[in-house]
Amino acid sequence: MDFVAAFVIIGGLGLIFGGLLAYTAQRFAVEEDARVETICDLLPGANCGACGFPGCINFAEKVVKGEAAVDCCVPGGKGVCDNICEVLGVESVASEIKKMAEVYCIGTKDVAYDKFVYHGVPDCKAAMMYGGGFKACKYGCLGLGTCVGICPFDAMHMGANGLPQVDVERCTGCGVCAKACPRGVIRIVNADRTGKVVLCNSKDRGKATRQACEVGCIGCKACVKACPNEAVVVEDNLAYIDSTKCDDCGKCVEACTRDIIKNAVKIALS
Amino acid sequence: MSERTFVGGIHPSYFKESTAGMPIAPARSPSQVIIPLHQNIGAPCEATVKVGDEVKIGQKIGEPKGFVSAPIHASVSGKVIKIEPYNHPLGNPVNAVFIENDGQDTPYEVMKPNKPLEELTPEEIIKISKEAGLVGLGGATFPTHVKLSPPSDIVIDTVIINGAECEPFLTADHALMLERADDIVYGLKAFMKALRATKGIIGIEDNKPDAVESMKRAIAEGGGGYDIEVHTLHTKYPQGAEKMLIKATTGREVPPGALPMAVSVVNQNTGTAVAMAEAIKLGKPLYERVVTITGPGVKEPANLIVRNGTLVKDIIEQCGGMTDDARKLILGGPMMGLAQPTDDVPAIKGTSGILILTAEYVKDYSIAPCIKCGKCVEVCPMNLLPNFIGSASEKENMDLAEKYGAMDCFECGCCTYTCPARRPLVQWIRIAKGEITARRRK
Repeated sequence: MDFVAAFVIIGGLGLIFGGLLAYTAQRFAVEEDARVETICDLLPGANCGACGFPGCINFAEKVVKGEAAVDCCVPGGKGVCDNICEVLGVESVASEIKKMAEVYCIGTKDVAYDKFVYHGVPDCKAAMMYGGGFKACKYGCLGLGTCVGICPFDAMHMGANGLPQVDVERCTGCGVCAKACPRGVIRIVNADRTGKVVLCNSKDRGKATRQACEVGCIGCKACVKACPNEAVVVEDNLAYIDSTKCDDCGKCVEACTRDIIKNAVKIALS
Repeated sequence: MSERTFVGGIHPSYFKESTAGMPIAPARSPSQVIIPLHQNIGAPCEATVKVGDEVKIGQKIGEPKGFVSAPIHASVSGKVIKIEPYNHPLGNPVNAVFIENDGQDTPYEVMKPNKPLEELTPEEIIKISKEAGLVGLGGATFPTHVKLSPPSDIVIDTVIINGAECEPFLTADHALMLERADDIVYGLKAFMKALRATKGIIGIEDNKPDAVESMKRAIAEGGGGYDIEVHTLHTKYPQGAEKMLIKATTGREVPPGALPMAVSVVNQNTGTAVAMAEAIKLGKPLYERVVTITGPGVKEPANLIVRNGTLVKDIIEQCGGMTDDARKLILGGPMMGLAQPTDDVPAIKGTSGILILTAEYVKDYSIAPCIKCGKCVEVCPMNLLPNFIGSASEKENMDLAEKYGAMDCFECGCCTYTCPARRPLVQWIRIAKGEITARRRK
């Protein structure tokens, strides 16, 4: 009859501990806002950090407390923002415009010169530690792929020409790559813009740019003069085109002596 | 005397033959010097001269902006032609004073001998070292007057002069120990007096027996009243690193993250001791130093006294120029020196050597995964785990790198030297150190 005693003891212990657990679970329950979990489920779940918080759950906690703006989630875009607003019962403020990353350098290995040979960790930030990077141009893409490695959406790939290519379908415009790039070559732009863009990041004077790269903007202002809509400005020896004013006439492309003004959408989608 | 040393370390080929035993010769006075206003660990200097000013040799041209900093002096007499950013051995351009040399070497009036050492008080010695712009000439360029002014609650009992010169190729300190042994002893006595230390030690690797003899002779002749010893050390890299040297000579171990003064020791380089002696005896500030110009890529290797701000290309030209297969220029030794993208860079206070390597020595290896052989752990003189720190840094896990003691690494390069998988461990550790420092600052 020993087994009866074993049943009673083990079963009794089970009942006592079970009861204890049930009691403590109710007595010391942590008040948690149910909306946190709901919102976290709505988020993309990439933990990319674009919102400024370590991960999606942290953003959800903050947004419920009202410590984060509802439109912080860049990859989620308008859809996610609308859903968050619905859960929180506030009016949506999301803008319709989708963002994406664009690489402002076309200085491939054969046209942008190196000032020395770099042997070391294949990472742009690491390469920047030695003489400010191995490319003669202080502003151009180093092409070691820090942005490719850090992209949480697999939207960046290293092209055969040694420059990163943005996969527009996958890019959410989260801006993680732009923050990681030690040379600031990547900018976050409106994905729907049209017109022309100047694919250069060099703020050096004309002479220095010429010595470093065959395709760098030298700030000659030929595009400024050619533009009928005053859409082009030159700041710090670098031309910028205002996409809201640009009507895609192509006069700047003809005028550019360095052949760096490209068609925005075509470049983005290729 | 038994051989003294530390645990770990490596035995690289020393390559010192080409300049060992060569007499120190003055370098040609350059037509123009470009003197960067940041030449030491710590705060940069502010220019005290204007464009168009006439300056004299030894005149102060840069005033330090903080306590951990040292003034900078003109190394030629002539006219200041411009002050603008210029290439710097550490990488990023910094503000530099361009002085056109008039070839007269007119000395600055304030430069005059001080009282003899016996009459100087410790405070006066510290003041002289500060005014002379002395920094550690081993390469780290830590301002000497800061080392000589420990907090009042710390007692320094030992001053160690680093004559190990464990970096391959370099022989500048060796040459100084042969030719300027008396000044080294004089400088050591000044350091001991400034710190009220009772013991002086000169540590020399056993591959330089002539330097050991020379220093012993100088101590016998000029060491009067001071307890100074020469310690013969085992020839091993990095024997000259301060923590290794302290361990080898005194048996004391500096705790992680602490300075040598935590174990009542101050280290000084032989070059710094000579500069200290010159500052007291002649009132001469630090505007020139001995530099070893060497390597298979230079035609006539030499030990030259180079003026601060001389362009490296001018110095190489004096040594017969580079050979045709020269590939890499390093300022300092091959282990801890800094590779330069250009020879258009001025020599500064911390430039101990100019090393030019040929294609045969410069190979590009592809980086392989760690094979867990543990060789880096065996050689690490700080008893760290370079493999783990390197991998953590590679994966950008800086918290882990910090936990493994990345900040205790002094970048001697033993791990990278010995790694059979050719992993750039030191570079990864440097990245981690940079990130951790940036985070701590926040």
